[in-house]
Amino acid sequence: MAVTDAGPATEVAKRPSRLFKNLASKIAAVPMVLVALVIFVGCTIWTIYHSFTRSRLLPAPEKWVGLDNYERLWGENRWLISIENLAIYGFCSLTLSLTIGFVLAALLDRKIRFENTIRTIILYPFALSFVVTGLAWQWILNPQLGLQNVVRSWGWESFAFDPLNNAEIVIFGILIAGIWQGSGFVMVLLLAGMRGIDEDIWKASRVEGIPAWKTYIFIVIPMMRPVFVTAIVIIASGIIKVYDLVVAQTSGGPGIASEVPAKYVIEKMFFSQNLGLGFAASTMMLLSVLVVLIPWAYLEFGGKKNG
Amino acid sequence: MDLMKTLVASTAICAASAASAVELEVTHWWTSGGEAAAVAEFAKAFNETEHTWVDGAIAGSGGTARPIIISRILGGDPMHATQLNHGRQAEELVEAGLMLDLTDVAEAEGWADVVNPVRLLDACTLDGRVYCVPVNIHSPQWLWLSHDAFEKAGLDVPSDWFQFVDAAPALKEAGVVPLAMGQQSWQTNLAFGAIMVAVGGTDLYVDILTNKNADAAASAEMTKVFEAFAAARLLSEGSNVQDWNQATNLVITGKAGGQIHGDWAQGEFQVANQVAGEDYTCLPGLGVNEIIATGGDAFYFPKTDDPEITAAQKELASLMISKEVQVAFNLKKGSLPIRGDVDLSAANDCMKKGLAILAAGNVLPDGVNSFSADTDGQINDLMVEFWNDTSITVEDAQARYADIIANAD
Repeated sequence: MAVTDAGPATEVAKRPSRLFKNLASKIAAVPMVLVALVIFVGCTIWTIYHSFTRSRLLPAPEKWVGLDNYERLWGENRWLISIENLAIYGFCSLTLSLTIGFVLAALLDRKIRFENTIRTIILYPFALSFVVTGLAWQWILNPQLGLQNVVRSWGWESFAFDPLNNAEIVIFGILIAGIWQGSGFVMVLLLAGMRGIDEDIWKASRVEGIPAWKTYIFIVIPMMRPVFVTAIVIIASGIIKVYDLVVAQTSGGPGIASEVPAKYVIEKMFFSQNLGLGFAASTMMLLSVLVVLIPWAYLEFGGKKNG
Repeated sequence: MDLMKTLVASTAICAASAASAVELEVTHWWTSGGEAAAVAEFAKAFNETEHTWVDGAIAGSGGTARPIIISRILGGDPMHATQLNHGRQAEELVEAGLMLDLTDVAEAEGWADVVNPVRLLDACTLDGRVYCVPVNIHSPQWLWLSHDAFEKAGLDVPSDWFQFVDAAPALKEAGVVPLAMGQQSWQTNLAFGAIMVAVGGTDLYVDILTNKNADAAASAEMTKVFEAFAAARLLSEGSNVQDWNQATNLVITGKAGGQIHGDWAQGEFQVANQVAGEDYTCLPGLGVNEIIATGGDAFYFPKTDDPEITAAQKELASLMISKEVQVAFNLKKGSLPIRGDVDLSAANDCMKKGLAILAAGNVLPDGVNSFSADTDGQINDLMVEFWNDTSITVEDAQARYADIIANAD
């Protein structure tokens, strides 16, 4: 008995050793994996499915309407303006907050005096929520209370700066607040990345007589690639979900000139009681993220496998 | 199973020991001064019974509160009673069987005979069953005029919309913004509805709202309405305010000549100690036709399994519609009562104008009762875009409007 049982017994003993390797960490990961599968993937599929139904106040999985919601979505002026605003806001916000953040970080990196104090001051806006930021900037940009009034009181009587009430440039009024809030954080991220650059590289470039700005652009920036990727992902996710800033500053006005997709989704789902249309809009938002993300992930991770 | 039994048993004991006195949580979005005073009248009357009113005020307007209320009901954590605008907002909740059927109370007390106009009760009725209690009437078609502003311009206060438009250039010259308008989309839509009744007439209004007649929406009469609306948008340049009460404040302080807004605006005039006829004038139907649409608020009672609570809910329902409570509530709220057989001699000038129109039966359906929230939202979007973007032509806007009406539900 003992001899015949020995074979399978060792096999049984072996198999768990593979399955239960690092058991503790696997168990620890299970909740997160479940959450990711059920909440993110599951709910995404649920949302996409219901975007093809005529769900109004309540989800109605049986009322299948095909692409009707998408047709209406892309026929609506408000959605098109939202998309356009997001594109402008996204492009400007990404480039400007990266540029401003990098320049500030480089300046602080020059071992200036009171670095800690200045860093704290610049990072401070990030501690404010978007709602507070939006309200503060609504007041600053208000022609009767804020900037315009102050400049006029200095004697420049004809000075006019009222972006939030001008449909042509309102999105830039929102952009100012967004950058004011976000670039401090980008600066801190990039500064941390710069501090990770080996001191010897600076010494070598000094020996070679390369000017500091050239060292930053051609040596430091390429070396900071992972930090930039992190910063871009954080900024980009903030751009896609921008909502509270707009609500606090303009509520989408004047007219519908500063509407954004996230606001469209919320209002169609909960105010207009049209879940189907809201789901269709949020599916389009997801799609736009994937369009950007998939080629990038392919380049980033697909490349690594080959190399 | 055992746990279930214990729970059921303990619930039974609780219910038994609590006798018939229960606490009812009531949610609403009446938080401004006059509104809070009005809702306190409900609470007072209800607390005089053996039950207790637990106040669940939600700050912010209906736009903020409604999603919270609806998600609580859907999420299985319903309050015991809640304010909603009657009409189509709660339709799906009623269809899903989440609301208490009040038909027996309504029939016993003969609501059908006392509620005036009857349309308000119809808005609470689905397939012959009554699901809500209308508590007040608010009408959106009013023009509020500042005597101060017209004095500055050296003009008499106009008596209708057309005189107001004629007076606008003089107001502008005097440095007054002719028409105050808040930026929120529902305010623009409200003004559109008011101008539609004044310029297009009541037949056109009813044809579009009730029959959803897209041909009427594309007709030449409707073009006139859009032209008047396009002219009106030029009058509001310079009134860069968001909320309706900020716009009303421009009228109160004489910085703006007038505002098209609902009768709830008079609460602001009252708070500012202004007197109707002396400091400001109100013109129902924009002074063109003596007629008002009857929107308003209603209370719904989410269903529960507890018979004690159900009984208390029905008691609260009949209390809200009773004569004394109606008078006390509406005087504080500045709204019109939903029954024609009560005495409101304490009402002010503007309320009396509204009461007279109501007594004469000159009432119209309200947009909220006629369109689904979805259609209403689409019209809001169109109107606020048209109002703020002068490059949109009348023809374009009308074509889009007719399209929305054709697909309306």
